[in-house]
Amino acid sequence: MRLSRSAKVVLGIVTALVFLFIYTPLLLVVVNSFNADRTFGWPPKGFTLEWWGKAFDSPGVRDAVVSSLWVAVVSTIISLVLGTLLAISLQRYEFFGRDVINLLVILPIALPGVVTGIALNNMFTTILGVPLSLWTVVIAHATFCMVTVFNNAIARLRRTSAGLEEASADLGAGVFTTFGLVTFPQLRSALLAGGLLAFALSFDEIIVTTFTIGAGETTLPIWILQNLFRPNQAPVVNVVAVVLIVVSIVPIWLAQRLSGDSVRVSGARV
Amino acid sequence: MALHTQQLPPGAPGDAGDVPRAKTNAFSVLLHRSPRLRLAALLTAPAGWLVLVYIAALAALLITAFWTVDTFTGEVSTVWTTENIVTVLTDPVYQRITLRTLWIAVAVTVIDMILALPIAFFIAKVAPARWEKLLVVAVLMPLWASYLVKAYAWRNVLSEGGLLEWLGAPIGLSSPGYGETAVILTLSYIWLPYMILPIYAGFDRVPDSLLEASGDLGAKPLTTMRLVMLPLLVPSIIAGTIFTFSLSLGDYITAQIVGGTTQMLGTVIYANVGAANNLPFAAAVSLVPIAIIMFYLFVVRRTGALNSL
Repeated sequence: MRLSRSAKVVLGIVTALVFLFIYTPLLLVVVNSFNADRTFGWPPKGFTLEWWGKAFDSPGVRDAVVSSLWVAVVSTIISLVLGTLLAISLQRYEFFGRDVINLLVILPIALPGVVTGIALNNMFTTILGVPLSLWTVVIAHATFCMVTVFNNAIARLRRTSAGLEEASADLGAGVFTTFGLVTFPQLRSALLAGGLLAFALSFDEIIVTTFTIGAGETTLPIWILQNLFRPNQAPVVNVVAVVLIVVSIVPIWLAQRLSGDSVRVSGARV
Repeated sequence: MALHTQQLPPGAPGDAGDVPRAKTNAFSVLLHRSPRLRLAALLTAPAGWLVLVYIAALAALLITAFWTVDTFTGEVSTVWTTENIVTVLTDPVYQRITLRTLWIAVAVTVIDMILALPIAFFIAKVAPARWEKLLVVAVLMPLWASYLVKAYAWRNVLSEGGLLEWLGAPIGLSSPGYGETAVILTLSYIWLPYMILPIYAGFDRVPDSLLEASGDLGAKPLTTMRLVMLPLLVPSIIAGTIFTFSLSLGDYITAQIVGGTTQMLGTVIYANVGAANNLPFAAAVSLVPIAIIMFYLFVVRRTGALNSL
């Protein structure tokens, strides 16, 4: 297929416009983090560093960041273990009920977050009587983060042959040696990408978190939601957002560099 | 991966040194001998988690939808009734909310599909190779900016005296204000990367040679797109629609931020879990998006889309 020059130019312009659509609101957040006017009218009326100072002095932000990091790290670790085990069993083995499990796995990301949220909330509070805490958030997050890891791992396994593992076993390696020296090295970059995405999903999750978090606990998204509509705090929220965007460039770039063709965004093979 | 095939004379020093020796322990041998045991060891933890945490929770939700709330104590009481389900299905208020939510989710999905197809095609097939990675990162990055902040940014864009009014004023356009249109616009914006990425991956997987062959056989670009590219892309497009559709179907936070008084299914669920404290009714409402998504997954399961997620 040979596209004409004009077709390429048109496609390029459309792409540029879509990127403009994607980045304008983000730029607006950056601008507003320096905007002296609290109503954020356009064009901005003055420049200030006040919000940046406030954001770094705010104990609320710091506590929320710590909680979010803790939840994201624990959920990512759990989902890495479970997602890998699941991907290996569904890709390398044939068994009765495999198709059912294959469909079940995607439910936590295919069903809307509000459904996952209320289902777990109902189970914890009404059925089991477990008090909500950060641990219930971890259980909820690990459930859908597992799918991200699973998707990345199974896509990699589909493209690697089980023959290498058989060869390893034939050469006398035990089950664990084969995993450590043959399977895991092939999976490593896919797991890194999946783990990073799981971390990101958990760190930014708000809907499921709202339904499963204990009273008095705050993750960063919960803090943002609580402060979004407070005239004094909204500019500080913009600062937090800008920091998040800037900090996020590092892991995205890493994931891209290290895993080449297999980054999935809860599914999308990139 | 390089294998050591170098032959060493038997008994030569170092013949066991390079390659790490398998440690034989009884458990490993047992696992090696029995594939079933191996599978059980692999599958028990993750399948157990999925079933005990997630499927059990969904089942409990289904059951709770048939319970009721004691009006005096505010506690859930296990008296069986179909009242909640009947209300959700027959009350015109909830019918309207269901239809509106469905409309918003479909509109968001269609808008994202229209925006994502050309940009994904451009990144995968037109842009110079050295731009490709950079452009993919540029698509990925907004995913990391907080969902809430993006919705809030749109609240500012759409506000009175906001960016959109300022931009639109010279050409006589005004901001749609907060409402259904704002919700559709904002959700399309937030979920766009979830549509671009699977479609980009789909385009990327179509080998260039196939497109060249089609061109060599005389097909015009549009014919190649329709007859060669599109059929191969269908699973990726559907994978994208699962995300945008499902994410929009359950949303209530964007509706809170830019929706004005717009009520969605998620809004009703949230209100009944929180303020109204009627978990059984919230459970009944949540069965509607579950049924819609299950139906959609059932329809598309044969296309291979579920493997492109």
